[in-house]
Amino acid sequence: MSDLSEIETPSRLRRMLDSDLFYAFRRSPVAMVSTLVALLLILSAVFAPLVATTNPFDPASLNLMNGFTPPMEPNAFTGESFLLGTDDQGRDVYSTILYGMRISLFVGVTAVLFAMVLGIVLGLLAGYVGGWTDTIIMRAADVQLTFPSILVAMLIFGIAKGITPIEYRDQMAIWVLILAIGLSDWVQFARVVRGATMVEKGKDYVAAAHLIGRPSLSIMLRHILPNVLSPVLVIATISLALAIIAEATLSFLGVGAPPTQPSLGTLIRIGQQFLFSGEWWILFFPACTLLVLALSVNLLGDWLRDALNPRLK
Amino acid sequence: MTEAILSIRNVTVEIPTRHGIFKPVKNVSYDIKPGEIRGVVGESGAGKSMTGNAVIGLLDDPAYISEGEIWLKGRRIDNLPAEEKRRIRGKEISMIFQDPLTSLNPLFTVGEQLVETIQLHLNLGASEAKARAIALLDAVAIPNPEERFNQYPHQFSGGMRQRVVIALALCSEPSVIVADEPTTALDVSIQAQVLDLIKSLARERSIGVILVTHDMGVIADTTEQVTVMYAGEVVEMGTTDQVLGAPQHPYTQSLIAAVPRPHKKRHRFPQVSYGGRETVFKIDDLARNWPQSEPSKSGKMLEVKGLTKRFVEKSSIIPSRTTYFTAVDNVSFDIRDGEVFGIVGESGSGKSTVARMIATLHKTDGGQILFDGEDVTAMDAQQLAGYRKQIQMIFQDPFSSLNPRMKVGDIVAEPLIHHKILPKGQTDARVRELLDKVGLARGADQKYPHEFSGGQRQRISIARAIATQPRFLICDEPTSALDVSIQAQILNILKDLQEYLGLTMLFISHDLPVVRQMCDRVAVMKSGQLIEVNDAETLFEAPEHPYTAELLTLMPHLAQLDEA
Repeated sequence: MSDLSEIETPSRLRRMLDSDLFYAFRRSPVAMVSTLVALLLILSAVFAPLVATTNPFDPASLNLMNGFTPPMEPNAFTGESFLLGTDDQGRDVYSTILYGMRISLFVGVTAVLFAMVLGIVLGLLAGYVGGWTDTIIMRAADVQLTFPSILVAMLIFGIAKGITPIEYRDQMAIWVLILAIGLSDWVQFARVVRGATMVEKGKDYVAAAHLIGRPSLSIMLRHILPNVLSPVLVIATISLALAIIAEATLSFLGVGAPPTQPSLGTLIRIGQQFLFSGEWWILFFPACTLLVLALSVNLLGDWLRDALNPRLK
Repeated sequence: MTEAILSIRNVTVEIPTRHGIFKPVKNVSYDIKPGEIRGVVGESGAGKSMTGNAVIGLLDDPAYISEGEIWLKGRRIDNLPAEEKRRIRGKEISMIFQDPLTSLNPLFTVGEQLVETIQLHLNLGASEAKARAIALLDAVAIPNPEERFNQYPHQFSGGMRQRVVIALALCSEPSVIVADEPTTALDVSIQAQVLDLIKSLARERSIGVILVTHDMGVIADTTEQVTVMYAGEVVEMGTTDQVLGAPQHPYTQSLIAAVPRPHKKRHRFPQVSYGGRETVFKIDDLARNWPQSEPSKSGKMLEVKGLTKRFVEKSSIIPSRTTYFTAVDNVSFDIRDGEVFGIVGESGSGKSTVARMIATLHKTDGGQILFDGEDVTAMDAQQLAGYRKQIQMIFQDPFSSLNPRMKVGDIVAEPLIHHKILPKGQTDARVRELLDKVGLARGADQKYPHEFSGGQRQRISIARAIATQPRFLICDEPTSALDVSIQAQILNILKDLQEYLGLTMLFISHDLPVVRQMCDRVAVMKSGQLIEVNDAETLFEAPEHPYTAELLTLMPHLAQLDEA
């Protein structure tokens, strides 16, 4: 029978290229440029070992004599020249940025995924079940919103650090960071999913599924969930930018990624010590990278929100 | 013959889209004389509203008038600058929209809104404007206008609100009013009053009215001239008596034929065959494999006894402080094997709530629902599963009753898989067969609901509903969201299901002519109570309860068609 259906159904890719969303995408220069920039940054972070000139965390590749080399100028002692200069340890700033962005992106993406899953589950439950379940979940969310999220993240980070044994601390730091950012970020997912769930719940296709006798779990996952995902996609994109910034903030404050696995935030923290002694490049380039990364992801999120919301057009 | 105040000449509207230029209005011309009501009728997408919007200069952004002229009182208005257009829009041409809720600002009193509009257009002082506003409220037959003047829109009922909207439209003493489906959101009884009002105002003040509607009954009752539109073009134009009594164009003929007649029961609905949209429903094939419906023990498929439903109006932690609204109040009736039982009533009468309780979508607050002698309200999970296999429902809104993220094939397969009706591997073939039987093209199972029209979606709903071969089908306003030609097709399908498959049906509707055509017995509901149950013929010919009689007199009647 498959030969019948194949004639008339376009492939998934064809459908995607035909969709209104893709059409809107091709018409928006902002979306195209920010996607291009974000993709470039993400790909260079993922393939950092191939793109970077050195592995800045391999002690064997370091030469202290190369310390504080300004960008594009040969070093006074070794004569080596670096695209974006070197830091106090003689590490190539260009390479540290690539490796740092890896950590930043990994933490950001994982934290957003964690927050998303948590938020979707709690939001679906609150919106679908209603009553006391809803009250408890949403009041917890309200309480959490009264604290600045960076404070919540620091609190979680502090507690987690306190209970992990000292020898695992550096290894665990990244995961604790993810947990801290994720836990401080689930609220907006939960709120949006709850609202959308309550709207979808009243629609007749849910009634039809009830009438068939589908269990609640199946109605939630198979019927409602796919219909509440488009606002989630928007929030996830915008949250990704925020999570990257939150990670940088925490690391800048010294409660994030350890110096052995520096993220962009850690690099900025290290760099700001040298800002006033003339070695501006150690701070400037990681900060610019953070800015461009967060901005491109954020613009993409903004565009996505407008494109998926026909009322704003 | 008086001179036309507004004339539309060869107007074409274009909308550039990514798939090319779309022309929702093609070369449309008509005139309006003072005091005349011109009906513009057609199905959804015929371009009738778009023409109205073009007249008042309210086309949404990408749409524009590409050709043609609009003349108002001897002055060409379609090519005026935006500022001029805006001035004319309020002053010379007013608009009455479909939804009275959204056309009034909820934050201001009715009086404030009227006075503001009056002062904007007529150079009057505050007290004069107020006097005028009260006079207008009086003119649109709102009782106690002085008192009502200071009330907010939410304190008015739907019909009263639409009167306020009409008063607002009259503020600037316009010469033309464009009324876009002004009564579609209203109940029949209120619809008749509002239409009468528009009629008398047009005559008294010699205002030309463009009445855009899809409802032939409204056209017959209200208008003198009618323009029939199809796919953006005017297909027929003339006096209402002429067009309805002796339609010339095949589309008009088929459209009028499809309107359900209130006064005579027919075997089937005449279907609109214009435009080649007819699809075949293969009832014979379906009937061949349908199991012989076993008769219920008492001859009564469903008995409802003292059914009650209360909704919380205002909740409170203290139970005694919680107030309730009784939506369904002690309703009892029974439905016999193989019959179509209708429930009619105006909006808010509780008819849909009854249907939803029977479908176990609402919990009951008292009373019994006996299905083949078994009380549904007291069933355990396993018995409920058995019950749900035997009942199915078709919903009003074909756009919300299908999950937009599921393929049509998966939607129809869901009940089959859930009830484990077929061995694995045969489901797909059965789904394709069902979709074919309800008249959908091959390959429909791989598409998503948004790729189908309203009528096609309702066919998909029917395929899903009959997938488990139920004995009892609940239809909750199954055609009220559809055009009249599509309505005829869907109603014929439902008739076939009852006739050939022996399905028992509960048919909920506010549309009396449709109920008369469909049902064997009819119950009338009013504010939660059942006030009359009788055979359809008896009920329509000799109603016992005064409320039923009133409803029947308000039914829009196409006098021109009765002899047909």
